[in-house]
Amino acid sequence: MSDLPESGRGVYASATRLPLPIWRDGLLAALAWGSVSVATLILPDVIQWGATGTFAALTGTVAAIFLALAFTVPPGQRSTLRHYGPWFIVLGLWLLLWEVITAKLGWLPKPFFSPPQGLLHVYMTDWDRLLICIAYTGRLWGLGFFIGISAGFLAGVGLGWSKRFAYWGMPVLKLIGPVPASAWIPCAFFIFPSTFQASVFLVALASGIPVAILTASGISQVNRAFYDVARTLGASNRWQVTKIAIPAALPNVFVGLFMGLYYSFAVLVVAEMLGAKFGLGWYLQFNTAYSAYANVYAALIVMALICAGLVKLLFLIRDRMLGWQKGIL
Amino acid sequence: MSAVTPVGLRFDHVSHGYDIGGALLPVLEDVSLDIAPGEFVALLGPSGCGKSTLLRLAAGLELPRAGEALAGGVPITGPGPERILVFQEATLFPWRTVRRNVEAGPEARGELAAKQARVDEALRLVGLEAFGAAFPHQLSGGMAQRAAIARALVNDPRLLLLDEPLGKLDSLTRLNLQKDLIRLWQDRGFTALLVTHDVEEALLLADRVVLFSPRPARIIEELRVDRPHPRRRDDPVLIALRTRLLASLGVLEDV
Repeated sequence: MSDLPESGRGVYASATRLPLPIWRDGLLAALAWGSVSVATLILPDVIQWGATGTFAALTGTVAAIFLALAFTVPPGQRSTLRHYGPWFIVLGLWLLLWEVITAKLGWLPKPFFSPPQGLLHVYMTDWDRLLICIAYTGRLWGLGFFIGISAGFLAGVGLGWSKRFAYWGMPVLKLIGPVPASAWIPCAFFIFPSTFQASVFLVALASGIPVAILTASGISQVNRAFYDVARTLGASNRWQVTKIAIPAALPNVFVGLFMGLYYSFAVLVVAEMLGAKFGLGWYLQFNTAYSAYANVYAALIVMALICAGLVKLLFLIRDRMLGWQKGIL
Repeated sequence: MSAVTPVGLRFDHVSHGYDIGGALLPVLEDVSLDIAPGEFVALLGPSGCGKSTLLRLAAGLELPRAGEALAGGVPITGPGPERILVFQEATLFPWRTVRRNVEAGPEARGELAAKQARVDEALRLVGLEAFGAAFPHQLSGGMAQRAAIARALVNDPRLLLLDEPLGKLDSLTRLNLQKDLIRLWQDRGFTALLVTHDVEEALLLADRVVLFSPRPARIIEELRVDRPHPRRRDDPVLIALRTRLLASLGVLEDV
């Protein structure tokens, strides 16, 4: 009995001495990305496009990294890599197709479609302006969204908890709530002293209203027995609001936050296209006017990453705060 | 935990009803009942007859439309932690762990810092000391009800109001919790008022069984159960009392 673990360890030791099994998807990804690099370098461009050499170098580097990973990473440590393996291959193939039909064959109408090196060129030459635009958009979104959800949450708690507040507030909310925030644009721009304040208002309105509606309905749906329990335990009204009503309504509040987040993106870009001097919405508008479509695509990719990142962040916060719910744990 | 000073309870010609669509639905009619400090009384009657309303009046969650409910000779004007109600559903706060549920009472009154040892003790009394970090949805029905009892006991109630707390549990869990309730009542010394449908449960636990008529509830019979604990189900005295209660409830014995 006592020498069994000994022999078991021996088996493991000899297993690790075997050559590493090859990560097949990594190898295929290296092949796909490598062919992007080679095609970019050796096939002639129909016209001169920005950063062709850099693009070839970049895709070549990625291919080399996949090649190295395919042979070096032990199987246990590449479960995430392995999971996304097919994606890496398809991304490489997609780049190859995109590169060939735009830069090399010129099949797509020219000012509207840019090859990948055109976008890379934008990131390399216009990165400073893009960063400033991201900062401007971030400031507008941050101010608008947080003012909106704070006001919406407080209004929702009031509407859900107090009958008097609900009597006066609910009809107003039901009337204003369904109006798309962008419908307020004409008035907002002359009611507020600056376009920035008007834009903040629009983003706040778009994000605040769903939060207010869902917080109110969440709080009014709380199981009455929870309040009975709290009252017999000697809880004050304030404790019942902060420790019963709000945590019980939190799943609804998060539904409102997700809706508010999506609405805020929609209004954000529209507001920036109308009056702003900087920001990603303005960047899109400005470059469309100059037919600089590579810049438009480059900015769209940045926006996609930022918006998806914010949605992901909200999911993480929700999972952390609502871990007590069945099914999420 | 040291035993508490139990409080007596008195219903003095209490009538109560609910407003349903403008019409008054009478629920209790001229109920007078005296419960001595430390006594275990079971209220038995057909479902929906208004026994639970009596508990809500005793807890102070509602005030009677006529008559008076008094605890320790003082009229009850509102809820308070010396009279705690345990519901048929455990009604644990699902966003709090078991321990945080038990802490709710002391926390709401701002006494949590001084009561940490009490919280541990309450969890131990109901056998949940290993489940403090669990969330309510991870508990079985019996464990959830134990947690609800711990959440009540940590406040040292002088009167424990039990609204069919074992009504939804399976029969084995029920038997165990019945034993636990008697043990806790003997240890802690509170007054207990239990609403139940179950004749056997009433006879196994209570010093006195009060029988109610269908709604509006009136007291139709009271009987004393002078048997020492632990009681046995096959005790001939209890069987005789059971036959009598079932007859008063209008249920045939050989069902």
